[in-house]
Amino acid sequence: MSAAKSNDSLFGLVRGLTAAQLRRIVRVGIKSLWLHRLRSLLTALGIVFGVCSVIAMLAIGEGASYEAQEQIKNLGSQNIILRSVKPPEEQKVSDKASQSFVLQYGLTYLDIQRIRSTIPGVTVVLPARTIRDYVWRLSRRVDCDVTGTVPWYPATRNQRVARGRFFTEEDMAGQASVCVLGAEMVPALFPLESPLGKHVRVGSDYYEVIGVMAPGSFTAKTDDSADAEDQKPAANRMFIPLETVKMRYGEVLMRRRSGSFEAQRVQLHEATVKVDSLQDVTGVAAAIKQLMERNHPKKDYQIVVPLELLRRAERTKQIFNIVLGSIAAISLLVGGIGIMNIMLASVTERTREIGIRRALGARRRDIVLQFLVETVLLSGAGGILGVLLGITIPFIVTHAAGMRTIITFWSPLLAFSISALVGVVFGIYPAIRAAAMDPVEALRHE
Amino acid sequence: MAESIVQFKSVRKTYQMGPVTVEALRGVSFSIGAGEYISIMGPSGCGKSTLLNLLGCLDRPTSGQYLLGEEDVSQMDDDSLSTVRGGRLGFVFQSYNLIQQLTVLENIEVPLYYQHRTEAESREIAVRLAERVGLGKRLEHKPFELSGGQQQRVAIARALVNDPLVILADEPTGNLDSSSGAEIMELFDELNAQGKTLILVTHDPKISLRARRGIRLCDGQIESDVSR
Repeated sequence: MSAAKSNDSLFGLVRGLTAAQLRRIVRVGIKSLWLHRLRSLLTALGIVFGVCSVIAMLAIGEGASYEAQEQIKNLGSQNIILRSVKPPEEQKVSDKASQSFVLQYGLTYLDIQRIRSTIPGVTVVLPARTIRDYVWRLSRRVDCDVTGTVPWYPATRNQRVARGRFFTEEDMAGQASVCVLGAEMVPALFPLESPLGKHVRVGSDYYEVIGVMAPGSFTAKTDDSADAEDQKPAANRMFIPLETVKMRYGEVLMRRRSGSFEAQRVQLHEATVKVDSLQDVTGVAAAIKQLMERNHPKKDYQIVVPLELLRRAERTKQIFNIVLGSIAAISLLVGGIGIMNIMLASVTERTREIGIRRALGARRRDIVLQFLVETVLLSGAGGILGVLLGITIPFIVTHAAGMRTIITFWSPLLAFSISALVGVVFGIYPAIRAAAMDPVEALRHE
Repeated sequence: MAESIVQFKSVRKTYQMGPVTVEALRGVSFSIGAGEYISIMGPSGCGKSTLLNLLGCLDRPTSGQYLLGEEDVSQMDDDSLSTVRGGRLGFVFQSYNLIQQLTVLENIEVPLYYQHRTEAESREIAVRLAERVGLGKRLEHKPFELSGGQQQRVAIARALVNDPLVILADEPTGNLDSSSGAEIMELFDELNAQGKTLILVTHDPKISLRARRGIRLCDGQIESDVSR
């Protein structure tokens, strides 16, 4: 007659117990664990750290992926963004000090025309030119990307005007000298006053400030690493009508560079294509890619599809979760093995006690239950401690490192229930070993 | 003689030790009536411990019958034997065998715990018995805070807690000095005078003389069975 047979199910073990009896068993278990406080604590630590790392890592991962997805969503999931990129071979030529050479690359107005006329299901095309320059207000200066664009830019790119207004069709048509400032540069240029109605100077031209954008990241950090050093986007951004940019700057941009001039001819730096329906985004993106490949053999453009980025981010998150899950599983496994090891030692150490209890009327299942309850208490207490610690760590990370963390409500629940399960799984073998002992032998044990 | 509460009918017990079969008991028959005071003696290796394990339902005979009260316990399964041990037998060991992390009171309560008596009821019985063995002032002490004699008193109280049919004592004074040993033996005499059935396994002829019936074992068989 084996111990396993008399305890064929865990449920059968607990069935028929009154709440009062269970309370007594738990109390006896706590007493035994308390007898070896340090040992119990050290044993539970494996579970504590396992559970804690699961919750903390999930929270940090969740926060990071939320942030990335927010950024991508800000680009607009129905959008396809085209950017001009200085082609790598051209860059080498310009490095060889060909001063009079005018570099010509990037998107052209013709590209936009072609996209609009040949690809169906495209509503808005949003062109933009970006010029890096200093923006002045009296003696205050800010390094800034001056973006010439169209009035529907904020609506398409999910950006909001916080104060004042964005420029209109009339401003555009009249090549008005108006600008909308990014929120980040306002304190630097207008520390004391409201910028609305005031003027800022770029180069030799003055622009009236008609609005301020809501704070938020303008550019998603997507494939910016592909950009050349001098094309790294500035922290600040200012918007002026596209027609105004064309009038003020013309097609050729001159830039002074350590003793030499560099000239670039770029018609458009950026264009956003809005696709009518979400399902068509991938198809339209492929069509645009083909179109661009045919007309730009130099690869002087870049196509960013936020929807694909979003999908990629989701896939990354899935992989991250799998990796995290395995790490958590391994650490809980290690914790469980630690518990089992100690419980086996404890069973051997308490052989005499088991013999006494058996002689005094304890059935095998009473012994199984006693040791199982101890193991579950140990892992459960470890689980609770781990949950508390795991909830605290993301708060510390948020405050110390400024990283966003999100604790989903199910992650502590999951971590805790797994730790309790670990207690049952790794406790059952030592408990059965304890119960299987012959009472005569156990009583004789020294 | 009063009605018999323990009946052994040609009980045999053999152990298999590797290729060798050891016959520890070779057909032992006797019966014990209620209220008897019996000593079991014999040289080491004569089957004393085996007999005690069988009497205590810690082991099953290879053949033969053992009736405890009206029940045949010789072929019971493990759970039923546990229930019989907890409900009808009291044990007193040479080395006291108290549970170290429990207090005096909790140690006395252990058999009741496994019979699922309520806490209040167990507490009441345990306190009464602790007072009866003279440990009324040490209820919350742990075993290691007590002298050997006191520990054995706790063990006796524990053996009485379920109001057993028989109390089995295995060399109860073996670990005690002579004066506390004498006290324990007086306690046993007292219990027998109050009607408890006692079975005493011992080496010590002086102690066995206190019993009113002496069984002597030799080579797994009863050599003599004398009533005094």
